[in-house]
Amino acid sequence: MSHVLDLLTVVAVAAGGFFFFAGTVGLLRFPDVLTRLHALTKADNLGLGLVVLGLLLQVDSVLAGLKLACVWLLVLVSAGSVSQLIACRARRSAQGR
Amino acid sequence: MTGVLFNVALAVLVLGLAVWTIIAREAFAAVVGFIAYGLLLTLVWVQLQGIDVALTEAAIGGGLTGVLLIGAAARLRGIEAAPGAERPRNSLYWMAGAVSAAVTAVLVICVLALPDPAPTLAHEVALNIVDTGVANPITAVLLAFRPMDTLLEAIVLVFALIGVWSLAPDDSWGGRPGPVQQSDPNGILAYAARILPPLGIVIGIYIFWTGADYPGGKFQGATILAAMWLLLMMAGLSEAPPISRGWLRVGLVAGPLVFIAIGFIGVLTAGDFFGYPQGLAKPLIVAIELALMPSLTLVLGLLMVGAPQRVAKL
Repeated sequence: MSHVLDLLTVVAVAAGGFFFFAGTVGLLRFPDVLTRLHALTKADNLGLGLVVLGLLLQVDSVLAGLKLACVWLLVLVSAGSVSQLIACRARRSAQGR
Repeated sequence: MTGVLFNVALAVLVLGLAVWTIIAREAFAAVVGFIAYGLLLTLVWVQLQGIDVALTEAAIGGGLTGVLLIGAAARLRGIEAAPGAERPRNSLYWMAGAVSAAVTAVLVICVLALPDPAPTLAHEVALNIVDTGVANPITAVLLAFRPMDTLLEAIVLVFALIGVWSLAPDDSWGGRPGPVQQSDPNGILAYAARILPPLGIVIGIYIFWTGADYPGGKFQGATILAAMWLLLMMAGLSEAPPISRGWLRVGLVAGPLVFIAIGFIGVLTAGDFFGYPQGLAKPLIVAIELALMPSLTLVLGLLMVGAPQRVAKL
């Protein structure tokens, strides 16, 4: 049973790592603010989400699991709000031109 | 093996980012580099098992200082972009680099010249920590073995705030600090400012409370509370109080005053400034932290908001 869990953890964390990698490549290569934000939020949402999911399979107490879930939710809220703010600002400055 | 690989990668990243921060042409880019540098430094402290320092670095070094520097960079932007703006000469860069390199060299020599094992008071702390009643050695050092340093730190912060306030123009002395925030009441910032503070307040108080036995403490907790307050102010949901308010001034000095008072009580009861009577060490330490926390929150939050800029209503 624990081997299955370990395997699932490795798969989930590796998938999360892939999303972080892809998000970073997108941040560096995409042409404008909105597409770069899109790439970045994928890394935050899916990448971190998958890493947390993988780690959740390894926790030994409910409290530790809740803390991990809290970390993910807090990052979701802050990353989501900040990217909205950046996008609003980018759109406004594009219209102003 | 992976540990070594991780440490080497971390060291390379920290050094690379430090160099990049120095050579960045734009002030804003340099500030962003500095904040990322602070976060990486947090990881370094975690690797060194200095969780308390890591928390402080993340809260103060990366977060709070970062916000201050972003504000400074935003103010400098107009000056930087102006045609014919003066740039420091190359010789100045080289001189600054040479001075930094010299300081680094001296530090390296000092560290390498330390005897092995280095002189340490860690054993004394470990032997006497039971008397303080707290389990986190950092808290024991900060509030039981060397409380004077902590007291002076708290006072210095109040002085720093007075320094910032003194930049106010005459007609706005006593008025509200910072610019008027115009933000959409239904916008995403207001949304975040409604969702985050309840969580942030709980986390801030938790970090403060857990500081007695585990990494954490009033400074880190107060930084989180101050950040939540700033978020409310930036979203326009709450206004910075005019600096002439009585409760504000009392709140700012209450923490340090309680701290000093407990120090003097020590003279009467234990025969020494900051001597804690047997068995009362932990309640007194908690009392100091409890008193300092609101003062620190006010000071840190208002330091970010800046000098009064709006004309005071008479």
